[in-house]
Amino acid sequence: MNKLFSRIYLTILIILLYLPIFYLILFAFNKGNNMGVFQGFTLSHFQELFADKRLISIVINTFLIAILSSLFATIIGLGGALLIDSLKSKKAVNTYLSLNNILMVSPDVIIGSSFLILFTVLGFSLGFMSVLLSHIAFSIPIVVLMIIPRLKEMNRTMIDAAQDLGATNFQVFSKVTLPYLMPSILSGFFMAFTYSLDDFAVTFFVTGNGFETLSVEVYSRARQGVSLEINALSALIFIFSLIMIVIYYLLSVRSKKMIKNGKGRVV
Amino acid sequence: MRKRLFYVPYFLWIVLFVVIPLILIFMQSLTFDNGKSIFSNYQAFFSSGVYLKMTFNSFLFAFLITFFSLIISYPAAYFIANSKYDTFLILLIILPTWINLLLKAYAFIGIFSHDGSINYFLGLLGIAPQQLLFTNFSFIFVATYIEIPFMILPIYNSIKALDKTYIQASEDLGANKIQTFTKVVFPLTMNGVKTGIQTVFIPALSLFMLTRLIGGNRVITLGTAIEEHFLTTMNWSMGSTVGVILVFIMIAIILFTSKTKKNKVGVKNHE
Repeated sequence: MNKLFSRIYLTILIILLYLPIFYLILFAFNKGNNMGVFQGFTLSHFQELFADKRLISIVINTFLIAILSSLFATIIGLGGALLIDSLKSKKAVNTYLSLNNILMVSPDVIIGSSFLILFTVLGFSLGFMSVLLSHIAFSIPIVVLMIIPRLKEMNRTMIDAAQDLGATNFQVFSKVTLPYLMPSILSGFFMAFTYSLDDFAVTFFVTGNGFETLSVEVYSRARQGVSLEINALSALIFIFSLIMIVIYYLLSVRSKKMIKNGKGRVV
Repeated sequence: MRKRLFYVPYFLWIVLFVVIPLILIFMQSLTFDNGKSIFSNYQAFFSSGVYLKMTFNSFLFAFLITFFSLIISYPAAYFIANSKYDTFLILLIILPTWINLLLKAYAFIGIFSHDGSINYFLGLLGIAPQQLLFTNFSFIFVATYIEIPFMILPIYNSIKALDKTYIQASEDLGANKIQTFTKVVFPLTMNGVKTGIQTVFIPALSLFMLTRLIGGNRVITLGTAIEEHFLTTMNWSMGSTVGVILVFIMIAIILFTSKTKKNKVGVKNHE
């Protein structure tokens, strides 16, 4: 009885969680022009999508920002993880970790508005660079958090052994530390990448007029109501997300980080 | 020496993108005008009925969203934790969080809109189209939908971390299922509930995209107020004031829901 109830409860919940997503994708193939009734199968919305040059350039911009920002965030975050790891006093570690986590717990509006003030004070013009810098900035903390646990688990005798065998500091880093940290660095890179792709709020604040990412574009179109071109785009993004999830799952099978953290919000 | 060089960008990031923005938003919220109090924006905020009402509404919405997601999520987390296939089920629950939030919001525009699916079905039943989108109901519904996975996850983790011998002990001592749940399981999983509340309540206070797309212009939260001050009315100084107040509310929530280290079972046993 109890088991039956729990099964029904979970089944209904999971169906409800997925229903809107599949609904969205189904209507990407709808002949009609709204999301009311399904009037027959067509691929015309996908054709429209691929013919939309503006949208394609926005997609390219979005990926360019995501790749560049996650690359820089991973390098800077790796430095940060090593910095925090090198600290001797517990108090200093905690101070750095708290500072690191501020951007993780801050609401997006706060990050967006304070970065907007920052760029204005610095006299920075809003556009590609301001978006890129913001994305690097809000992705760094997650990279640090992904690498630190792995650094903590590291067996320090490996470094001693390398040094005893005559390795220089740089060799120790590139031949011992870096390969050992690689899985966590990849997870960090991946998280930074999805952070960047998913971000709407911060980009919305710092993007100015000329430059748009996919999220900002979907938002401004969605404010005007339903257009099935967005559905077609969603279907593609959905497939892309699935691929990303599989990649991330393969990366984290051993550590099971995804189960612990879910998507991003580490509080 | 070279190692130190590698630390520099991270240090610069902390200064430039963590510390300075916080200082800037605070400075922006202050008034440096002769004859006016330095805190005049804050005085305006706390003496204006409009701002106070908005803050109150924002809290009410966030409270309702957190409440509904909690009552739906706790049983779900409990059932999942007790299932044989828990790893798979929890994966199913967190998968939707990897889909862009905007797309999920957009799906609900389709479902709730005037010529959307719900109104189509109502039409089949002979009911005239209802205004579903841009209502308080639709905003709370969609926000709850989006937050549920974030609530289930920490509760699930805390139930999994629960020492099963406590439950056996409670049953051995003659407690029935309900007593075991209310006196042992629930108090011991309080940390997960608190983390869940924290992860849901703060975004619920500050979301502005969802508010605009689903709530229309009727639902105004602290988040939408900040966005409007910064990007529409260009009143950055008042926007920063609301921002600083939001930061303080956030700190208060984090302190209020921070994990308690003491084991509460010891206390409860004396009852």
